[in-house]
Amino acid sequence: MAVLLIAEHNNKELRPFTLNAATAASQIDSDVHAVIIGQNSGDAAKQLSELPVVKKVLSVEGAHYENFTAENFAPVIVKLAESYSHIVCSANTFGKNLMPRIAAHLDTSQVSDIIKVISPDTFLRPIYAGNAFATIKSNDAKKCVTIRPTSFDPCESKGGSAPIEKVDASEEFSNTKFIKREEIKSDRPELGTARIVVSGGRGMQSGDNFKLITEIADKLGAAIGASRAAVDAGYISNDHQVGQTGKVVVPDLYIAVGISGAIQHLAGMKESKVIVAINKDGEAPIFSVADYGLEADLFEALPQFMEELNKLNTIQK
Amino acid sequence: MKILVAVKRVIDYNVQIRVKEDGTGVVTDNVKMSTNPPDDNAIEEAVKIKEAGKATEVVAVTVGEEKAQETVRKALAVGADRGIHVKVDGILEPLAVSKILQKIVDKEKPDLVFMGKQAIDDDCNQTGQMLSALLNWPQATFASKIDVKDNKLEVTREIDEGLETIEINVPAIVTCDLRLNEPRYASLPNIMKAKKKPIEEIAASDLGVDVSPRLEQLKVEEPPKRKAGIKVANVAELVQKLKNEAKVI
Repeated sequence: MAVLLIAEHNNKELRPFTLNAATAASQIDSDVHAVIIGQNSGDAAKQLSELPVVKKVLSVEGAHYENFTAENFAPVIVKLAESYSHIVCSANTFGKNLMPRIAAHLDTSQVSDIIKVISPDTFLRPIYAGNAFATIKSNDAKKCVTIRPTSFDPCESKGGSAPIEKVDASEEFSNTKFIKREEIKSDRPELGTARIVVSGGRGMQSGDNFKLITEIADKLGAAIGASRAAVDAGYISNDHQVGQTGKVVVPDLYIAVGISGAIQHLAGMKESKVIVAINKDGEAPIFSVADYGLEADLFEALPQFMEELNKLNTIQK
Repeated sequence: MKILVAVKRVIDYNVQIRVKEDGTGVVTDNVKMSTNPPDDNAIEEAVKIKEAGKATEVVAVTVGEEKAQETVRKALAVGADRGIHVKVDGILEPLAVSKILQKIVDKEKPDLVFMGKQAIDDDCNQTGQMLSALLNWPQATFASKIDVKDNKLEVTREIDEGLETIEINVPAIVTCDLRLNEPRYASLPNIMKAKKKPIEEIAASDLGVDVSPRLEQLKVEEPPKRKAGIKVANVAELVQKLKNEAKVI
């Protein structure tokens, strides 16, 4: 049986993680069908049909799908699931919200947030915020799997021409009403998906001093992170928190400034490709995960860092 | 309005977990355990709603082994009125836990069920959504703000793109984000008082729920270790390495 991929989109276009999920789906079985549920989402459906890994697109349209409410999405997918061995989508807030609702209706134990497809029934997934990896085999007839987008490359976006088939909408779930969505419009990249993250810890000593971090983040086009200690001390709001109880980030470059490296912080950033630690305590645990450690007073090092960046002819964005 | 809050006992977030040498799991013997952090937010919110006169009773429930009762006792110490401990040995999958909670909901008939958005041990992020599917109730996941309005809740949810606000009719499920509130600490007198609050014990086997595992954990291993890095002498060297060696800026 084929694999059913749930597309994430904004009714106009696909959201990028759909391409990562498509890659994961194609590693489970080469026969990947994709369902797109929305309102006036024809353009996004066409985009989906152009992904070479997708063999067929199922399009479901309805006014009650405009805001991606899980209570409305789940019944459609449960109905379609009859013809599929696996249901796959991203383990971002869209998929996390939706997939367990589908799994419970199908009486299936979901496998969340996989980072590798070992075989069609066996998957690798991080537990304890990535402090351990578990190999999980699913014995359910139908498997519901969410995938960690950053662990799978996006698939090719052009070249395919899968047929688009219309599927009937299901009834509206009337006990949940969408009110509004406030998308954070910032010139700065989002913490969870930024290529570079610059984070400050308790060593920053005050909220004001975070401007040293902001300056560098602006220069590098980076997101700003923080340790739980910095958040608890009130230096910065908790939506910047990186760690087991905050956000897990996997940027190309993570710069930890004045962060000692508590276990719960390391859990949120140690999979970053390149880690830099700037700390005046040479024994700080953060140095054990850093590719480049600088033992220095951050109040001297950060202005120098800015100066050195200003000397560079080009900076990658 | 009656609020049921589900809490889970997990390894404390400050503990460096260790993987068992035989690859069967992580070491839990003699390890500090506590309430799953966002479950503390769930209890706090329920207690705040009761303190605001908008709820009449807060019931804390846990599903787990003997010692899981500590988490219920802690919930009682910060303001829950009574507790339920569904006793079960071993680790249950979220699907099984949600089926057990469904039975408790049938019995208790709460208007709202709160719990943390995710447990920090298995990181599944499933139980609330599954329970809401089984009950066919609305779900508000990753809640960072809750306004109680008669028989409705207005909930702000933390989503990848920012914030989303939805209105859900009671009865409903809410899973709580850490940003929802600042959980209080239990005072000593309240800890003493909590010892007198009732905790009902129920054997999971008496609920008539199929909790048999569907997943096999074949192996638990440590993640690949990072190769040792280097110390740089100064900022200039650092920037040069980032530019020319790591090629990330």
